Amino acid sequence: MCGGGRISSRLPTADDSNGAHVTTHAVSTKPAKRVVAVDRFLTFIRIFLVTMIVIGLLAFIWQQIDADNVFARWRNPGARGLTGDQFKGLLISGLSQGSMYGLIALGYSMVYGVLGFINFAHGEVFMVGAMTGFIASDKFAANGLWESNFLLCLALIMLMAIFFSTFTAILMERVAYRALRNSPRLIPLITSIGVSFFIQNLVLGLFGPATKSYPRLPEWLADQRSILTFEIAGTRILVLVVAAASMTGLWYIVERTKTGKAMRAVAEDKEIASLMGIDVNRTIVTTFAVGGAMAGVGGILWGLMFRSVTHMTGFLPGVKAFTAAVVGGIGNLGGAMAGGISLGSAESLAPLLILEPLGVPGVSQLKDAVAFTVLVLVLLFKPTGLFGERLSAEDRA
Amino acid sequence: MSTMTATMPSSALDQDWRRVLRWGLICGGVLIALCLVGMPVELDRRELIERYLSLGYVSVLMIPILIGRIAATQVVLEGVESRKQGLYDLVTGLAVGILGGVSLSLLIVALDSWDLRDPLVNWSPKLFRFLTYENGIGFGLMAWIVTCGLLGMMGAASHVVPAMLRRVSGIVVLSLLGISVLEGAIEDLSEGFGLEWLTDLLYAKKGGLTLTSAILAGAAIAFVAVLTSGRVKALTTSYREKEGADRQKASIILFVVVAVLVIVLPIFLGKIMNELLANVGLFLLLALGLNIVVGLAGLLDLGYVAFFAVGGYTTAVLTSPNSPFFAPEMHFGFALIFVVIFAIVVGLVIGAPVIRMRGDYLAIVTLGFGEIIRLLFLSDWLGPYFGGAQGITNIPGVDLGFATVKGTDPRSVFYLVLFFCAIAIYVSWRLQASRLGRSWMAIREDEQVAETMGINTVNSKLMAFVVGAVMAAFSGAVLAAKVGSIFPTSFMILISIIILVVVIVGGMGNIAGVMVGSFVLIGVLGGPKQPGLLQEFQNFKLLIYGMLLVFMMLKRPEGLVPSARRSRELHQDEFLQDAWLKGDKPGTDDDDGETVGDDGGEEE
Amino acid sequence: MSLLEIKDLKITFGGLDALSGLNFHIDEGEIVSVIGPNGAGKTTFFNAISGLVAPTEGDIEFEGESLLGLDPSTVTSLGIARTFQNVRLFPNMTVLENVMVAQHCRTKELIYGALFQTKAFRKEESEIRERAIEILGFFGNRLIGYRLDQPAFALSYANRRRLEIARAMGTQPRLLLLDEPVAGMNPIETTELTNLIGRLRSEWGFTIVMIEHDMKVVRDVSDRVVVLDHGVPIAQGSYDEVSTDPNVIEAYLGRPVEAKA
Repeated sequence: MCGGGRISSRLPTADDSNGAHVTTHAVSTKPAKRVVAVDRFLTFIRIFLVTMIVIGLLAFIWQQIDADNVFARWRNPGARGLTGDQFKGLLISGLSQGSMYGLIALGYSMVYGVLGFINFAHGEVFMVGAMTGFIASDKFAANGLWESNFLLCLALIMLMAIFFSTFTAILMERVAYRALRNSPRLIPLITSIGVSFFIQNLVLGLFGPATKSYPRLPEWLADQRSILTFEIAGTRILVLVVAAASMTGLWYIVERTKTGKAMRAVAEDKEIASLMGIDVNRTIVTTFAVGGAMAGVGGILWGLMFRSVTHMTGFLPGVKAFTAAVVGGIGNLGGAMAGGISLGSAESLAPLLILEPLGVPGVSQLKDAVAFTVLVLVLLFKPTGLFGERLSAEDRA
Repeated sequence: MSTMTATMPSSALDQDWRRVLRWGLICGGVLIALCLVGMPVELDRRELIERYLSLGYVSVLMIPILIGRIAATQVVLEGVESRKQGLYDLVTGLAVGILGGVSLSLLIVALDSWDLRDPLVNWSPKLFRFLTYENGIGFGLMAWIVTCGLLGMMGAASHVVPAMLRRVSGIVVLSLLGISVLEGAIEDLSEGFGLEWLTDLLYAKKGGLTLTSAILAGAAIAFVAVLTSGRVKALTTSYREKEGADRQKASIILFVVVAVLVIVLPIFLGKIMNELLANVGLFLLLALGLNIVVGLAGLLDLGYVAFFAVGGYTTAVLTSPNSPFFAPEMHFGFALIFVVIFAIVVGLVIGAPVIRMRGDYLAIVTLGFGEIIRLLFLSDWLGPYFGGAQGITNIPGVDLGFATVKGTDPRSVFYLVLFFCAIAIYVSWRLQASRLGRSWMAIREDEQVAETMGINTVNSKLMAFVVGAVMAAFSGAVLAAKVGSIFPTSFMILISIIILVVVIVGGMGNIAGVMVGSFVLIGVLGGPKQPGLLQEFQNFKLLIYGMLLVFMMLKRPEGLVPSARRSRELHQDEFLQDAWLKGDKPGTDDDDGETVGDDGGEEE
Repeated sequence: MSLLEIKDLKITFGGLDALSGLNFHIDEGEIVSVIGPNGAGKTTFFNAISGLVAPTEGDIEFEGESLLGLDPSTVTSLGIARTFQNVRLFPNMTVLENVMVAQHCRTKELIYGALFQTKAFRKEESEIRERAIEILGFFGNRLIGYRLDQPAFALSYANRRRLEIARAMGTQPRLLLLDEPVAGMNPIETTELTNLIGRLRSEWGFTIVMIEHDMKVVRDVSDRVVVLDHGVPIAQGSYDEVSTDPNVIEAYLGRPVEAKA
């Protein structure tokens, strides 16, 4: 990020020696306060949204206590609240879906941390993983291996998905992004939109528009189990476990290995890192590869959980995962995972907890709208995310 | 490329084989991907030269030519010794082509021996027949290896042969391709002028040029090309080099000619062509608006389609008798007033929260808003007001007193669109050269400095947002009147992205560029649902859009018709070099442009 | 009444005082230099005045009115313009446009005028243009002629510094903040610019606050010098007073050897 003109403009800090202490961590300089119409409007939006959320929540709580209460029936006379089991079910589905968003979000967050742009096509990497998983598992199912030795198949499709996702991510970096490393930051973003579009339609062309269904999971996995009074489908346990394991692995790579140290150095300043003998190209490729692998794992989990995949599978989860990365604070890996989980839960709970008591019909259709609203809310209230950004000063400018 | 530096190759076989292998594999990969996506088979239905050549084969055959040409391109740096183009390059091209051919042969063998139809939908006997010319497998193998090799060599040869020959053959091939591909348009046009005899002569009954007519037309074009050689270029350079009043005069003449053509031509065109032009106009209107937001103010708005939706729905609700909740059945003209008002309101409401975000967040959040708006129109919640998934139907046309503009009469729609486009062009043009336009430029360059120089960036950016919103809303209004019905699915995010491609391919920040972009992309390839001239590309146009977007960003980010400012910005080094060569030595203290000669080579 | 009044200004970044206890005033028509070692908080001081950084404590008053809470564009429209230490022009706009765009806050035509090319609009446009050329003409023939239509990035370093001053002049300020105006210039260019700074006051009537490291320039043009060290003002007065002040010498050169023991 040392290129010409606009991107190198920094936030004004103190004279450099003072600035050095503050440039790398969250709070640095706040622009002076402005009082203009736009701000009043924004304040209004903030207050409005918060009021709505509070009213919705209160109404919901009231419903739980006493369904015939006037306030509970105020906006939505028909509502009856949720039973404890329903609530737990929603929470679990939110968590497992959220952990998938988290896995994808890691890729966004890492690339943003290192290169400072949104790799819009990362959702497609995820889709490639899910698609690979489908093709492989379909073949396994055809010759019976899926039934007889499920765990082996699972390991194999996981490996294949990781391989193809990583390959896609690396290829993407090599072909499209490498040449753009020093251009104004919107240019790689636009390019990545093109890449995303291209991969989507390439997959459409190769594998056709039909929705593809994963083979049925073995009963012992799909069965409901009771853990700590939570009724959880085995698949969801699998999702949560695998997500946690991948996250731990990633944490180890980034925080404990030399490669991870190189990544962090490159994220801070590419030029200096290369002067310190770090192979910047290689580190960036590694970043894409690791992000790709995570997305591949996410793709398989998605396939196991929802059992269907199309060429468009990557788009919405991709955008939501980016939302998750922003919610958690972009560049912050733990934040990405936490952001994913909060977004997933918000998405599954908010329609019933907040919207339905407000009398909005057909709330389940608004799931995606909720996710985007969360994004807007976070950026309105805390643009650096819930857990703080970890970016170099230039990227924040 | 770095491996070539040390020594000059002394013989033709003294190749940089790794490079050849790389390009060969790329060539093979592209060919196989193309086949498996199903493009050649699909396009095979379109005959270009009757019985001899179809669009399908052209799409395959052009790959080795292009890649052969790229592979044989060498980077020439000023002051560094470069080898002479010659046999060496031909061998490169040949090898690359042969590798491509070998990959295709492998595909043929694979097609013959395995059935992978399960995941790969285009793995079909049809593809096998296409690749073997319905002859035996052995013939197919040989034919592809030889043809691809030769074509690769041809591509490479384009560097070697004299410029004149290259130019003339290029023109002949491209215009023959144009004539045959645009058959529908040309027939339609000639019918309007009463020149059917010409097209009957040119084209075969079943479609495609006849062999004789192709040869004759080719010869004629070559003759013309030789005659006019150099003139066209001289004309454009003289136009480019004109300054001040002269330039203005030339521009006005150009503008008048184009304007007269655009107004007069549709009278002679048939329904299909007019429909196509109307679609181009609708997207041009959208693209002009986005151009203000992205090209001038530098705000990457990916939810631009939201404003399109607002325009469409406002018109639908206000004019249609079928509007579910509130149906005043207004006249279109009245409704327009409300369209403008709602566009401004929505522009402000969406704009206000995002306007302070940094560029890439703005992109994603606007994308989110675009989706939210569509989801809301689709939801049961607002369904009682906007019809949900059923949308609003029965939207009347525009009653102008002397005529009614509606979808069944595409010519009238075209004129309506043209009217709005004219307004949009005028607005863009005037604003660009005004105080507001300058403030947008300054914000695009460096927002913080713009603010310290006294520009209220929030207001300026909101203004850009709103102007763009109003243009998109007009487009939506016309769409509603044209189609007669509005559904949430008419406003997919896809549209935002396609418009973005149009703006970028044409040339960001440049009105002429945006016009060229929409004609070329929407006119030829077609919009998200609207067919273009090349209807055969229906299934592949999105793929091509994606590819184009990446390609343009990498190779020509200033677009087909760049604005002077934009190309300066993206090629600062070259500009400085030119200025230096002209004798004006610019600054050398801090960031003097280094000579980066990396991209001049691969584009023409 | 003084033009600019700084009262107990304190600015803290993450627990670190970039500036503290700054008190001083600038009278109309003065040229004041702010000097001090690197990291003394000079640029922060400028950022605070122009509204880019919010003070933690204290007040800044311009013509008796507080600037606190105003955004940078409002501050500029009140009559304070600045340049940047690391020259921040609009690189792809032409020289002329750079100065034209700076007059934004002094002009008012919006969409309507531009669309209908009203008389007022055309008059304003031509005035903006003429004023820009007049301002550029102040720098001799360095920025006019064929250079008017050159993009700013094509200028030489010294010309970029000049253009930045021209751009600040375009906002028609009363107070001009120059952040190291001669940094990176050669001796001849420095002398020339020193003269120009003097003329900025005498011919254009600007009051000038300048951050500068070149002591010769400071001596030649300033009426008054303020010395900052680690965010704290350690001396104020004429150049001669300040240059002999022991505190100042210590800040620049370090403590005398005997004092250390």
